[in-house]
Amino acid sequence: MIAALWVMIGIALFLGAVLGFSAIKFKVQGNPLVDKIDAVLPQTQCGQCGFPGCKPYATAIAAGEAEINQCPPGGEEGIHKLADLLGKEFVPFGEGAKPKAKSVAFIDESTCIGCTLCIQACPVDAILGAAKQMHTIIASECTGCELCIPPCPVDCITMLPIDEDITNWKWRYPVIAIQEAA
Amino acid sequence: MTIKAPFKFHGGVHPPTHKEESTRTPIAQAAIPSKLVIPLHQHVGTRAKPCVQIGERVLKGQIIGQPEGRLSSATHASTSGTISAIDMQLVAHHSGLPDLCVTISPDGKDEWIEHSGVDYKQASHDELRKRLRLAGVVGLGGAVFPSDVKANANNHKIKTMVLNGAECEPYITCDDVLMRERAADILLGTEILRELLDADEVLIGIEDNKPEAIAAMEQAIIAGKHSRMTVMSVETLYPSGGAKQLIRLLTGIEVAAGVRSPEMGVQCFNVATAYSAWRAITHGEPLLSRIVTVAGNVERPQNFDVLLGTPVNELVVQAGSKPHTDKHIMGGPMMGVQLPSGAVGITKATNCIIESTPELFPAPKPALPCIRCTRCAEVCPAELQPQDLYWFAKAKNFVKVEDFHLFDCIECGACAYVCPSNIPLVNYYRFAKSEISEREREAKAAELARERHEYRQFRIEREKQEKAAKLAQKEKAALATKAIEPVTAAATEVDADAEDLAKQQRIEAALAKAKEQAAAAKPKNTEALTPQQQADIAEIEARRAQAHEIAKNETEPKQ
Repeated sequence: MIAALWVMIGIALFLGAVLGFSAIKFKVQGNPLVDKIDAVLPQTQCGQCGFPGCKPYATAIAAGEAEINQCPPGGEEGIHKLADLLGKEFVPFGEGAKPKAKSVAFIDESTCIGCTLCIQACPVDAILGAAKQMHTIIASECTGCELCIPPCPVDCITMLPIDEDITNWKWRYPVIAIQEAA
Repeated sequence: MTIKAPFKFHGGVHPPTHKEESTRTPIAQAAIPSKLVIPLHQHVGTRAKPCVQIGERVLKGQIIGQPEGRLSSATHASTSGTISAIDMQLVAHHSGLPDLCVTISPDGKDEWIEHSGVDYKQASHDELRKRLRLAGVVGLGGAVFPSDVKANANNHKIKTMVLNGAECEPYITCDDVLMRERAADILLGTEILRELLDADEVLIGIEDNKPEAIAAMEQAIIAGKHSRMTVMSVETLYPSGGAKQLIRLLTGIEVAAGVRSPEMGVQCFNVATAYSAWRAITHGEPLLSRIVTVAGNVERPQNFDVLLGTPVNELVVQAGSKPHTDKHIMGGPMMGVQLPSGAVGITKATNCIIESTPELFPAPKPALPCIRCTRCAEVCPAELQPQDLYWFAKAKNFVKVEDFHLFDCIECGACAYVCPSNIPLVNYYRFAKSEISEREREAKAAELARERHEYRQFRIEREKQEKAAKLAQKEKAALATKAIEPVTAAATEVDADAEDLAKQQRIEAALAKAKEQAAAAKPKNTEALTPQQQADIAEIEARRAQAHEIAKNETEPKQ
């Protein structure tokens, strides 16, 4: 009887030590759910969700503080993916949060005064320039977030929608003509 | 006695070949057209960069587009003339969208640029590959993959080099006539490619419906004393000309999904590619023309040696256009592209132009629901399950469709050909493929944006810390000086007072000077004013004074 008790206590102590050790050794840094949500978000860093970037929005979703329909650049597909990931129901976009066509910013270089305000606003450092030097957008790195537009004092930044050309053209979903009734 | 290919591939179909019509006459030289529309993107990889000016005179064989990046190829002027435009023109592409083209007005002299070849046995492999790249030699079977990249084994041991003369698609006979008429040159080009790959043996695969081509190639092997080179006849079965299918037929090797054939010890080239490699290396002639079959609704279906950039309209006329042609198809009826216009220029990928009529190629019947008969799976040469692919592509379930190996599909169209419900299966696969590729591109862009954003956050944080550290250091230094020199502190204070006073004086002086300057500066254009203008000015001044007054009154009560 006593021996069995000692054995049980011994096992309990051993397992407790193992658990305690692994809790320290294999501690997960950060919240893995946040990273998973962040991986689904389009990383435009536009702040249209009301949070200062994709990661803060992901954190808010993970904490249950934000809905999953606040990311227009992610499109409806993004909401579906978030819904799948979190086991939630699909929520349609609210009013005024509809996705827009993809576009890149363009600086009218003859109007630009070189104030660097847009450079400070760009979340992905996609604007090249210096004080009193003309600025220009690195189009391949622009996410189309539009954050550079409000700070511009001379309104020289416009958003140009990305036109379809041979390199980005996509096959359309096949549409089958409806058969005439006999 | 010709050796029969010892292996088989799964599936395949037997569409009517229609090859006899265009093989009755030898290759004809197509006339120099009134203009050449040469697309700068005629190959897989990066578009060539235009290196000529509008109005410039170019010679035959002169480079007009320089290759850019590792995977690219040069573009040349096909004849001498003047550059009349470098702009967006319609090209042979499924999208029907325009792409950057160089338009040349030929002067009719067909004057060559200075060019010379090398003996491939003397030149280094790198030199030969560079020559192929600058000569614009790409795979002429239709894939237009730059040959200099393909003729590099990358340290893999190539046992077998397969020469593709199967030409399985209906109507197309350009490789057939090329083998009949220029077999010796094809084999010489094959030797160059074999040298580059260091391949042991060469197997030439030709479908058994081309006995003349088989005979010509066999004779050329004997006449040219080529060793370890065998012609193999393969059963006429579409798509035996697919690279993976032909490799399977001749060697029995199955090139796995996502694996390049050199890793399995095989590499495959088209016969026309070998021919152009020979012209490019030994004669220094870049790829300026290719053999094009003109078939379908024309008086004399035949093969032409056509300058690249020749508008389709001007080529078809030479075979005798017939009425009722409603569209032009580039390539064969199974995998061809419907051209957006007859003004599109012939490119390196153009093996055939079919003049189509509603009788020849009736409009597809309306598609019916899939009845799961699995005939598509029976004929699929890639051994896929086309009905499942269709199902998932239709449902836009892109994860599942990729799980079913969508990217192994070679878009040969055999499944759609046998489908009893007339479902345009290949269109669904193409749709799914381009959607998946788009998503991959987007994911890559998102990853880049994330990285850049995170780095920016890090940089801002770092700058803040650096600033704080600097400030702290300064404060520390200031404290230290105070502590060390407490005796002189009073003196320093006096000094500081004196300094402040001096500063004050300087500021006052500057203000006074600025005032003086402002008074001295007179508004311009104020001499010789008309009374009307003076009256206007007076009125404006009055309004301004009034405004000042109002502003003053409004702000005063608050103070």
